[in-house]
Amino acid sequence: MSIPVETAPASATPPVQASQVTKDTYKGKIHPDWCPGCGDFSVLAALQTALFELGLKPHQVLVVSGIGCSSNLPGYINSYGMHTLHGRSLPVATGAKLGNHELKVICVGGDGDGYGIGANHFVHTMRRNLDLTYIVMDNQIYGLTTGQVSPTSVKGMKTKSSPYGSVENPINPIPMAIVGGATYVARAFSGKQKHMVEILKGAIQHNGFSLVDVFSPCVTYNKDNTYKWFNPRIKILEEQGHDPTDFNKAIERGYQWGEEIPVGLFWRRTNLPTLEELEPVLHDGQGPLAWRKLGLSDEQAHALIKELL
Amino acid sequence: MATVDFAVGIGGENGQGIASTGDLLARIFARRGLNLNAYNAYQSIIRGGHTFLTVRASDGPVRSMGDKVDVLIPLNQDSMDRHLRLMKAGSCVLYDGDMLKPGTPAAGVQLCPMPMKVLTKGNKLAANTAALGATLQMLGIESEPLETVIARQFKKKGDEVVAENVGVARAGYEYAAQNFKAFPFKAPKLPKPQAIVTGNQATAMGGVAAGVKFYAAYPMSPSTGVLMWMASHARDLGIMVRQVEDEIGVMNMVIGAGHSGCRAMCATSGGGFALMAEAIGMAAMIETPLVCVDVQRAGPATGVPTKTEQGDLWQVLGAGQGDYPRIIVAPSSQLDLFRTIPELFNLCDKYQCPGIVLADLLISEGTASVDPAELKFDGKIDRGELILPNGKSETQNPFGGYNDNAYLRYKNTASGISPRAVPGVPGHIFTAASDEHDEDGTLISDEFTNSSKRRMMVEKRARKMQGAAADIAPPKIVGPENAQATLVGWGSTEGVIREAAEKLAGDEGIVVNQLPIKWIVPFHAEEVMRILSRSNKVIIVENNYSGQFARYLRAETGFTAHGHIRKYDGEPFMPHHIIESVKEQLAGKQAISVPSHEVSV
Repeated sequence: MSIPVETAPASATPPVQASQVTKDTYKGKIHPDWCPGCGDFSVLAALQTALFELGLKPHQVLVVSGIGCSSNLPGYINSYGMHTLHGRSLPVATGAKLGNHELKVICVGGDGDGYGIGANHFVHTMRRNLDLTYIVMDNQIYGLTTGQVSPTSVKGMKTKSSPYGSVENPINPIPMAIVGGATYVARAFSGKQKHMVEILKGAIQHNGFSLVDVFSPCVTYNKDNTYKWFNPRIKILEEQGHDPTDFNKAIERGYQWGEEIPVGLFWRRTNLPTLEELEPVLHDGQGPLAWRKLGLSDEQAHALIKELL
Repeated sequence: MATVDFAVGIGGENGQGIASTGDLLARIFARRGLNLNAYNAYQSIIRGGHTFLTVRASDGPVRSMGDKVDVLIPLNQDSMDRHLRLMKAGSCVLYDGDMLKPGTPAAGVQLCPMPMKVLTKGNKLAANTAALGATLQMLGIESEPLETVIARQFKKKGDEVVAENVGVARAGYEYAAQNFKAFPFKAPKLPKPQAIVTGNQATAMGGVAAGVKFYAAYPMSPSTGVLMWMASHARDLGIMVRQVEDEIGVMNMVIGAGHSGCRAMCATSGGGFALMAEAIGMAAMIETPLVCVDVQRAGPATGVPTKTEQGDLWQVLGAGQGDYPRIIVAPSSQLDLFRTIPELFNLCDKYQCPGIVLADLLISEGTASVDPAELKFDGKIDRGELILPNGKSETQNPFGGYNDNAYLRYKNTASGISPRAVPGVPGHIFTAASDEHDEDGTLISDEFTNSSKRRMMVEKRARKMQGAAADIAPPKIVGPENAQATLVGWGSTEGVIREAAEKLAGDEGIVVNQLPIKWIVPFHAEEVMRILSRSNKVIIVENNYSGQFARYLRAETGFTAHGHIRKYDGEPFMPHHIIESVKEQLAGKQAISVPSHEVSV
């Protein structure tokens, strides 16, 4: 990078650290405050491993979350982070990505955050096909508010806010994302961390909007969809010869629920340009918008005034 | 000193080309070097309704739409019926003599029926062009400037359309020369041409002058002009412009872009601003600079989308939960909008907080002339304590910051300002959280809440505003020190209050002075008190029902104004509204005057 410093850092020079990414590089200094056994530990570990294995440097990664148990994740990983408002990780991440399109931007959050209060942004971010990765830690319950029904709670589920059983149909994020314009649509399970690492690496490397919906059991408030419940049902698409370029098959497998629940890459397309690719403003060789020189040339200023005469 | 001061009013229904006719006139007057103000009273309808556009011009300062119309061009019977009764001696009415019935005008009003069918060769949409030709002739302006601006306006539609319209304009011009009595004055031609600009254009250009690289919006009247200007200039000027799914998304996107290091901006109206409120609080919490423009319209709820009001002051003051630092400013005119946006960006970058501009339909959709030399795009840019990549950091602990605490994003400093690194900078890793956090960004909201750290961080953020107050110019009295009354206004009313004060002194022998308030937060309470405590009578003029500024002034200073002039019918103040109300109040007849708008538009 040859862009000059505008203001010198005020902080003292930190101790020199090797610029080689190691297994511990992404380790945060704070231990997560999740409940023991929470599925989110597995997602955090998988994400750290995926970033390490991809050789990405922490200062080039921005992890953006909303609000909820899982949205605390940016505080537990050594990369740039933003812990934003409930449901707003995607628009914040969109702004940050367009401001600096050289960053690897990863959004994380829960099902209530992404499919409930943030659903409008979810739909529109997908159709824009920005190069973002969105990891939804889907526990089918509101955890941080102590156990209310969520957009992915199954019909009939009894929670503190649905004591007689939920009468609403849940959102199925997989088909929704496939028809919504996401170009990499996958599901993982916290009980299958190695598989999740591969899915996340694929998502991060994918040039376009990727959704990874992760069954990340809430051990405290969801007594229905537990590890024990998931374990015998989970089937890995990659082991079943699923073709992620087959749209109809992707939809069909996405709807599958019950005795067999598939995880893995449902759908991927690589022939759709990203928003960044379609915006000439990002391709004039000046690097990220955020680091460009401010102000206009005399010619530009003159042309603007001429319009008013 | 003004030698001429005249106004042309064009009335008709939406879809009759009134706005473009007004633009032609404004351009002709501005190119002659005249100052002008154009205000379009319109309705939220694409076709039909009633629209009335006033273009006022003078060789002296033009601070408002004025009180009178000298040339009325009613394009339909409805406009004739609404406006003819307000026309005074010396004025004229240009209309289609075959189609419209004028009724009985006041004595001395010249009725000028034109055979439009003949003059326009049957093109109904060209009647306004024929009337324009006649108007120029009667104002003593040669026909050539009209032909030039017509060519400019219709260039895209081809030579044939240009030729047809020029022909109609000439026919109107000639017809007036032969049949109507010209005005006793001639519109002068001054050596220095003026530019014309709407407030929305000025806002967008102010953003460009400030170095905005990211603009997002959801269309909402009367702020949409900013989006349209930005979108049409984005690629030439290297700006990322996005139309977003809703205003919640807009503000959050702007925060993301601002956090990445861009100067980022958005504009909306009150309803959109309401949706942004929570996120504005986040910008303050994570200390991300941005500028948001609220172009006020008549509320609440959908309200009157095409009408003006100063009704969002308390919304903006109270936006979002909790206490947080932000800067709120109400510019007074189109040119002031242009100048204020870069100044506000410098303040927001320096103090790492959101900045909110309170504009309104009157100045944002209204057009004014400006001296092109005043449109300076090379002003000072101060980004404060911003840390951008320097290219050397790769060897200096590139992954550090968060884990080693060598860099504290939210360092507790004497000024409250903490050096701000942006994502991508090696060695400065941190997480920005909307939860309360420690100096290094670690949450102190959930697992280990900490009351002393919470207090420290609240005070750190709040301290920034002490510095900001010192950077902002305090309000000053305009006019004579010794006056019968002081007229206090905020934002867009500055011009019309000034004109009213000048007329009161000139025509009525009543001496009043004026205290225009621009910076709302931080508020210069002491300076304002010093001024107002010396005043004989303080009258607050504002475009809302409840006296939002009067209440704010009382909250900040304990000062209770003696009188109030308020208007909340959707239309702006005209000078005579203020003049008559001041007289009423000085006579002790009223404490609150609510002038009524004489014509329903």
